[in-house]
Amino acid sequence: MGMTMTQKILAAHSGSEAVSAGQLILAELDLVLGNDITSPVAIKEFAKLGTDRVFDRDKVTMVMDHFVPNKDIKAAEQCRMCRSFCAEHGITHFYDVGQMGIEHALLPEKGLVTAGDCVIGADSHTCTYGALGAFSTGVGSTDMACGIATGKAWFRVPPAISFVLSGKPRRYVSGKDIILHIIGMIGVDGALYSSMEFTGDGLKHLSVSDRLCIANMAIEAGAKNGIFEVDDITLEYLRLHGAAEPKIYSADPDASYEKTYTIDLSAIEPTVAFPSLPENAKVFGEFGDIPIDQVVIGSCTNGRLEDLAAAAEILKDRKCAKNVRVIVIPATQRIYLEALERGFIRTFIEAGAVVSTPTCGPCLGGYMGVLAEGERAVSTTNRNFVGRMGHPKSEVYLASPAVAAASAVTGRLTSPWELDKEAKK
Amino acid sequence: MTYRGNAIKYGDNVDTDVIIPARYLNTSDHRELAAHCMEDLDSSFVGRVKEGDIMVAGANFGCGSSREHAPIAIKASGISMVIAGSFARIFYRNAINIGLAIVECPEAAAGISEGDEVEADMDGGIIRDLTTGKEYRTQPFPEFIQKIIENGGLMQSVSNGIIK
Repeated sequence: MGMTMTQKILAAHSGSEAVSAGQLILAELDLVLGNDITSPVAIKEFAKLGTDRVFDRDKVTMVMDHFVPNKDIKAAEQCRMCRSFCAEHGITHFYDVGQMGIEHALLPEKGLVTAGDCVIGADSHTCTYGALGAFSTGVGSTDMACGIATGKAWFRVPPAISFVLSGKPRRYVSGKDIILHIIGMIGVDGALYSSMEFTGDGLKHLSVSDRLCIANMAIEAGAKNGIFEVDDITLEYLRLHGAAEPKIYSADPDASYEKTYTIDLSAIEPTVAFPSLPENAKVFGEFGDIPIDQVVIGSCTNGRLEDLAAAAEILKDRKCAKNVRVIVIPATQRIYLEALERGFIRTFIEAGAVVSTPTCGPCLGGYMGVLAEGERAVSTTNRNFVGRMGHPKSEVYLASPAVAAASAVTGRLTSPWELDKEAKK
Repeated sequence: MTYRGNAIKYGDNVDTDVIIPARYLNTSDHRELAAHCMEDLDSSFVGRVKEGDIMVAGANFGCGSSREHAPIAIKASGISMVIAGSFARIFYRNAINIGLAIVECPEAAAGISEGDEVEADMDGGIIRDLTTGKEYRTQPFPEFIQKIIENGGLMQSVSNGIIK
């Protein structure tokens, strides 16, 4: 029986010739990640193990990104705990204010993940690195603690669902529209316990940024991981970011998939997920006017340079609508600097938006844009659950940076295609 | 291992943001987390939950974030077990790792009503609704999972020498 991409990586990391779906394995880890929310719990668990060493100080990384710069005293205490632990254990890749970025944007940028790696992170969006051809999955703090101590984690080998992408996306249609379309199609538990594997000649039209966004939201379909076939675009990205030598695993021709979906990217339209589940995907024309109070452009899903470029293109020489608060959050320091050099930051500020230091902040209702009762936001983040961004009676509409920017201009949920038509009048 | 308590029932897709909202994630204190458990979905939960009660829910329970604070908050609130139609995978792992008993049983999840007295015999894999008299079959816990839960979680099992 042939193996999927994911199964091949898991076989290679468990010293097996072959593995099959359902099998329990113990895998060697190439990287273990935690953040300022999940690491404190892991550090307390690590202490219970009675070991005083991490398995490899170069293969453990902690990124302070959720509530930093510290939003309150308790958040400050949590970061201090992480800082002390990393100092005590000589952790090489500890990223604090000034060096940090949102973890899933930062790690690929720093070249810490390469194709063929096996990665766990105590953050559900750790599945992002599948975009680079790695097996990467979110776990809890106890698994993180075990991973830090032993360099290993147990897994049940997942079955897989195949997504064969073809065609070229239309103007303003990005990775975000593609993944919202897919989750709308299969549902929030449509890939429960499974891998989502992306292949097809449509990949050549998807940048690494698009792929990171798509893999990032695999968890929103319940998947264990999302993974892309490695091609020249991946290899060029890995080379430019100084990642380790890639190991390329392609699925066998007779690999078993529970289902195969063929998706024509040229048929996908700008897509929005309505409250309160990412599966509530709609396209423009299926709903009427939806006035908004806030726009957030950022996060591990859509805070990369390409995302800011898409938003800046729309906001250039335009103004944000009156009474709409527009918050732009570059995902890393490097993205922030490049956005500054390319004039995007000036465009945002002149349009009436605010620009923040990198943080997960508002995505999970932490700070830096929490919603009041009854307020509505268009957000490029990944979850629109009840109370996700603030008051339980506030609403989050998930969308691409282009949709978010177009909505910022009109003050209602708006397709970038509509603005394009206006501009051409 | 047998669990007995009254059912507190919810629907499908109960996510970790409603189990424990992120605004409370600036602490990992179990009692503090329990004080806000289920707050955004059911503000009456904390006031009415009794030690030993059993949470019953639909499909995809625990979807969303990897926060281990979610099963910790449920366990610390007094809930002895969660029965659901299905669980999101990170939540499933986390629950076992921290020693919260969970079981997938779509039939029981659909059949049990709020307030019913429920008994779950996890050695035999039988869930009984004592109020209606109905019985539901499920998979018994595998031995290693049973041991982790009995020992209060993965780390305790490791330090107790149960798991090497």
